[in-house]
Amino acid sequence: MTVVTAHEDHGGHEAHPDLRVWGLLTFLISESLMFGGFFATYLFFRGSTEVWPPEGTEVELFVPTINTIILVSSSFVIHFGDMAIKKGNVWGMRFWYLVTAIMGAVFLAGQVYEYQNLGYGLTTNVFANCFYIMTGFHGLHVFIGLLLILGVLWRSRRPGHYSATKHIGIEMAEIYWHFVDIIWIILFTLVYILNIL
Amino acid sequence: MTRVEFPPHLPPDDNESKNLVVGHTLHLPAWKWRDYFTFNVDHKVIGIQYLVTAFVFYLIGGLMAIALRTELATPDADFIDPNLYNAFMTNHGTIMIFLWIVPSAIGGFGNYLIPLMIGARDMAFPKLNAIAFWLNPPAGLLLLLSFIFGGSQSGWTAYPPLSLVTAPMAQTLWILAIVLVGTSSILGSVNFVVTILMMKVPSMKWDQLPLFCWAILATSVLALLSTPVLAAGLVLLLFDLNFGTSFFKPDAGGNVIIYQHLFWFYSHPAVYLMILPIFGIMSEVIPVHARKPIFGYKAIAYSSVAICVVGLFVWVHHMFTSGTPGWMRMFFTISTLIVAVPTGVKIFGWVATLWGGKIRFTSAMLFAVGLLSMFVMGGLSGVTMGTAPFDVHVHDTYYVVAHFHYVLFGGSVFGIYAGIYHWFPKMTGRKLNEVWGRIHFALTLVGTNLTFLPMHKLGLQGMPRRVAMYDPQFVDLNVLCTIGAFILGLSVIPFAINVIWSWSKGELAGDNPWEALSLEWTTSSPPLVENWEVLPVVNHGPYDYGHSAEVGVLET
Repeated sequence: MTVVTAHEDHGGHEAHPDLRVWGLLTFLISESLMFGGFFATYLFFRGSTEVWPPEGTEVELFVPTINTIILVSSSFVIHFGDMAIKKGNVWGMRFWYLVTAIMGAVFLAGQVYEYQNLGYGLTTNVFANCFYIMTGFHGLHVFIGLLLILGVLWRSRRPGHYSATKHIGIEMAEIYWHFVDIIWIILFTLVYILNIL
Repeated sequence: MTRVEFPPHLPPDDNESKNLVVGHTLHLPAWKWRDYFTFNVDHKVIGIQYLVTAFVFYLIGGLMAIALRTELATPDADFIDPNLYNAFMTNHGTIMIFLWIVPSAIGGFGNYLIPLMIGARDMAFPKLNAIAFWLNPPAGLLLLLSFIFGGSQSGWTAYPPLSLVTAPMAQTLWILAIVLVGTSSILGSVNFVVTILMMKVPSMKWDQLPLFCWAILATSVLALLSTPVLAAGLVLLLFDLNFGTSFFKPDAGGNVIIYQHLFWFYSHPAVYLMILPIFGIMSEVIPVHARKPIFGYKAIAYSSVAICVVGLFVWVHHMFTSGTPGWMRMFFTISTLIVAVPTGVKIFGWVATLWGGKIRFTSAMLFAVGLLSMFVMGGLSGVTMGTAPFDVHVHDTYYVVAHFHYVLFGGSVFGIYAGIYHWFPKMTGRKLNEVWGRIHFALTLVGTNLTFLPMHKLGLQGMPRRVAMYDPQFVDLNVLCTIGAFILGLSVIPFAINVIWSWSKGELAGDNPWEALSLEWTTSSPPLVENWEVLPVVNHGPYDYGHSAEVGVLET
């Protein structure tokens, strides 16, 4: 093969493009299909069961609606943080990310409160199985997102770690948080809204 | 060049080491043997780690197969206990699919070759790559550990309700093992997709991308879309087994068919996960050893993508006898038959490449041609079963076993061997011995046909699969199969000797022993730690044999 030599002035090896955002997006597409599997299972049971949800295992709407409002708003809040860092405002980013973290924590607390007050458990019937698996797995993802945000806050203590030009970690936490949000909107529609209608 | 001791991605601080920087680029010449046992982030080390580990699992799975065939030499259960037979059968299938073919074809060849073929120094996420590999050994250990608890007994499909009532602890370990390899597969696929899409050298046009890269790209997309669905199914099964849920318990409102959907949504594409990289290997080996440009580059590249897309819509053909409604059978029969079209495109492409070529019958080429014949056979029996009426007739008989062993053994394993003979010189700097290679090929070819050809007839006569005891009328053909299995077992010996001997003392290969044109052959054998001193510039396609006199000349 004809190979033309080219001089690279990178000292070590060629600068490796930072592809982590692409990696995360690819991973999240994959991850969403896991939820897809759960949703398909849920819809299968919903379509093949006469009374759905069965009597005694209905969902309640008040707490989850508040939770939904909190989670959906947090997607905007976290974006303010992203906008702040792009202007080089680390303190602004910290503020908005902290608010997002608090909103995420409130969401999880709301979910625990809901679990305690539903009056049925994981094993009650197939609807309860689906409900707890789906909301539980989503809750796990919120928890992981929360850890990512706290990780960003922890790392932002180092001077110069994040700046207007260097903020991939922040962006990734934001993308993950949006993903968690989108999954919740589908989940909320399937499990809560459709069952109330 | 002398060996240098420092982490490859960190520039050294002392002046002495700086003298070893070549052309502004820092390189370790090669890895030492002990680097292969560490958490190494180099794609070449990880590729070989995958290949060697997978081969060890291949031997373990193969020994289980020999035990099964020994049992089946007689109609009675007189060699191993039927429960152990079930456990061996389950783990034979699981190990061969999840720990041999998939890791070696995608993880092994994919990791080793992709960066070299696209002119990159490493994969996009080297650490993630190493993590993906290191999930495999514990998965294998979990499977082997399951034998302490009786071994999972419900077959590699783990269909409930059987999987919910036999050996729950072993089944749980089985699920955890599959979730581990599934995670490995997803992480690996993320890496492949991003690497291929974003990291090829700028001078390489998309129609200069080697076909193996197209195949791995399609494979990775397929893995990304299907694996998580299996994970969802397995998580539900895990909860049914251990936490009292009843997704798959019909007496408590559950449904077993939904498991089959979730399982086959992954596990049918899994057959393409196993065969697409092999198709990629074929597309590299055949033109090099036939000294001809590949016939229909674009058709072969796009057919990989087509198989990836259509492959996602055929899973229900595994469930034709599960009470599937008529319209569904119709839809999935048609989509299944359509998959045969892009596959046929590839087969015709390879045959047309061979046509009129200056064929060198190296061991790699022998295995590639062997694969062609076997895969056509397995593919045709697949088409017969893709049609619902015939499938209903041969469902769960040895005809199915014959079919998938022709495609998975005759297809995948032959392809892996072809790839090893082809790229061994690149990986080690030495050629494999051709005489031993031919003995290996002859034994494998005879063994494969003797083992699996009679199974077609056994199936048509109605011998059920998955059972240790059978009607004595089937004994003659079963004895033939068992003899074949022993020959297949023996065939591994010349291969193993060849690899071990050639790795240390084989004929030195030089950088490009096959006079191939794809990028991996432009670097040294074995390649430097960061693959190239300076990244290559591509100015012709990977298969342009005989197009110009300059092609094949390496200038640096």
